Amino acid sequence: MVNLTVDGIKISVPEGSTILQAAKEVGVSIPTLCYHPDQAVKANCRVCVCEVEGNRLLQAACAMPVFEGMTVKTRTPKVLEARRTILELILANHPQDCLNCIRNGNCELQSLAEEFAIRDNPFENKVRGLPKDFSTPALFRDPDKCVLCRRCIEACSVIQSVNALGLEGRGVHSMVVPTLGKDLLESPCIMCGQCIHACPVGAIGENEQIDEFLAALADPNKIVVTQIAPAVRVAIAEEIGMTTGDMPMNVFVQGLRQIGFDYVLHTNFTADLTIMEEGNELLKRLKEGGTLPMFTSCSPGWINFCETFYPDLTNNLSTCKSPQQMFGSLVKTYWADKMGIDPANIYSVSIMPCVAKKFEAARPEMCSSGYRDVDLVLTTREIGRLFRMSGLDFNKLPGADFDPWMGKYTGAAVIFGASGGVMEAALRTVYEVVTGNTLEDVNFTVTRGITGIKEAEVDLNGTVVKVAIANGLANARKLMDQVRAGESPYHFIEIMACPGGCIGGGGQPITKANVKRVERIDAIYVEDEACEMRKSHINPEVTAIYEDFLHEPLGHKSHELLHTHYHNANKKFL
Amino acid sequence: MGYTDIIARYSDKPGGLIEAFHAVQKELSYLPEEVIVEAARIFNVPVAQAYGVASFYSMFSTKARGKNIIRICESAPCHVAGAAEVVAAIEAELGIKAGESTADGSFALELTECVGQCQATPVITINGKAYLDVNPAKIREILAEYK
Repeated sequence: MVNLTVDGIKISVPEGSTILQAAKEVGVSIPTLCYHPDQAVKANCRVCVCEVEGNRLLQAACAMPVFEGMTVKTRTPKVLEARRTILELILANHPQDCLNCIRNGNCELQSLAEEFAIRDNPFENKVRGLPKDFSTPALFRDPDKCVLCRRCIEACSVIQSVNALGLEGRGVHSMVVPTLGKDLLESPCIMCGQCIHACPVGAIGENEQIDEFLAALADPNKIVVTQIAPAVRVAIAEEIGMTTGDMPMNVFVQGLRQIGFDYVLHTNFTADLTIMEEGNELLKRLKEGGTLPMFTSCSPGWINFCETFYPDLTNNLSTCKSPQQMFGSLVKTYWADKMGIDPANIYSVSIMPCVAKKFEAARPEMCSSGYRDVDLVLTTREIGRLFRMSGLDFNKLPGADFDPWMGKYTGAAVIFGASGGVMEAALRTVYEVVTGNTLEDVNFTVTRGITGIKEAEVDLNGTVVKVAIANGLANARKLMDQVRAGESPYHFIEIMACPGGCIGGGGQPITKANVKRVERIDAIYVEDEACEMRKSHINPEVTAIYEDFLHEPLGHKSHELLHTHYHNANKKFL
Repeated sequence: MGYTDIIARYSDKPGGLIEAFHAVQKELSYLPEEVIVEAARIFNVPVAQAYGVASFYSMFSTKARGKNIIRICESAPCHVAGAAEVVAAIEAELGIKAGESTADGSFALELTECVGQCQATPVITINGKAYLDVNPAKIREILAEYK
């Protein structure tokens, strides 16, 4: 342990701690901008400078390790003045249009400007005047807003191993750019949106489509139907000032009805259906010597990654569409028929924790209903804005139920929102289908949690099935390299592109640290525990759709509506 | 020799990417996009990273430029000694501005940081060769060597 004094308070901290960490221990909060709790130290913004006795120059608290007998002062006039000047200089190169910014009210730079009472900036405002990049349907970049902290680069390279973003140039001319300085669409970007969470400001954001949604609501001919992804409920509470997981599902449904959705259904229904299709696909591959290991296919960022970096392994991907797209094709066929609604009038909106879903919905092959299956994808953040715009008081809203035919779900669908959930849900069903026995304890806890790579073995009537789960694409890459080398011991691999799974998706409330992802994961399993039904194959609406419409898993209708194919992304450079 | 072979000569050296870029640039005068992509493949690094290296060093150009590269120091000692007049003289002689190349592709004019010859300012370099104590009157003669 190392003894030091921070603002006159004596403290002992482990060797190797930084000033920032030590100060936090005694309740001294040092402002930061480039610092990210889950990333390497960058020390490029200098906002966290402090006085260290014996040092002539101010030291960056995020980078400076403590030493025995150190005396740190974090709030002297000299320090405060330096921090203000640093902020003024950063702001001098930053657009001043906070009111129109996608991060207005949720921006680390804006908060610092407020905390430091920055009023009249003595430095002239000079922005670079660079064009915005709207090349992808999922996210945009506004390079003028970039503060060069490089957190997005670390998210893209270290966490996701995608390397779509890098640094160009040097010194005052340096910029964060997609590969070769081109637009994002040409880069290897897989549209996971983890850069959005990493960005402290509004330099990267989702392709916001609130206007399109409001236009659809205003169109009297459109019947606006929605589906909610499993990871959304646990996080939407954060958007409206509630605690993670605290939004009751029926109140959420009522809120959606209040903002104008004509019908509220649930992606969880097709998550259960996915288990029926994907579980049977796995059993078929095991039985008939199909391509193994089979990879899950729910995560569109992961699909983009596989098509971009491992096009030779796309045959390993389950042919199942994601639950969003299964839902999309069924809502304009099966559901329209059940409800007696002309599918031409249905405007299908999905509410997703994801920005890659915006890209997935726009894939040309996702039109198997005869229409575009999912017309619009709104992220959790966009729904949060719509809720705030509508002035809803969720403490006073009465509950409401889902509409029929595609709104019932089991706990197995709920856990699709967290890393390991698809695997656990599949195991709950596959075990019972294969063994004919009732699974007494449905909890496969070994598959749970935010750990990068998890593995498990399940005995199915004497056949040992080996499974692996990865979240975050740098972890997925390790499993993929094994498969490519022919050394993978697994039969079934679940991949979710985002750290922690969909609860940490690129469309979720801005997530400043992994601890928040863990809270959401916990909330997912609380919801699963509370479900009466926890196995996909006992969902009565799933039984009904097979009786009335699909007839059997992997059957002709399923093939037509619920399964898809993959492409080589053919990126020119990786 | 194609650029792939040039790059491959350095593939086993630590930090060989920079040397490979220098070698290719000696032939092509700049680093075309396909060279950066190929170098990334050979050195097994992401293209974004290879591009970061190529764009970081002012010695490298990722844009096409003239064959003979004139660089003039814009650091303080040269500035005080009259670098601006030298720049103006070169610009007048070649009919281009700093940062541009001549239409016939023979010259590129670039500004650079200190080249370490402050004892004899202003300094220009052409293809790496330093010319000391330069003044506007000397420009025509110096450039004639390369015409």
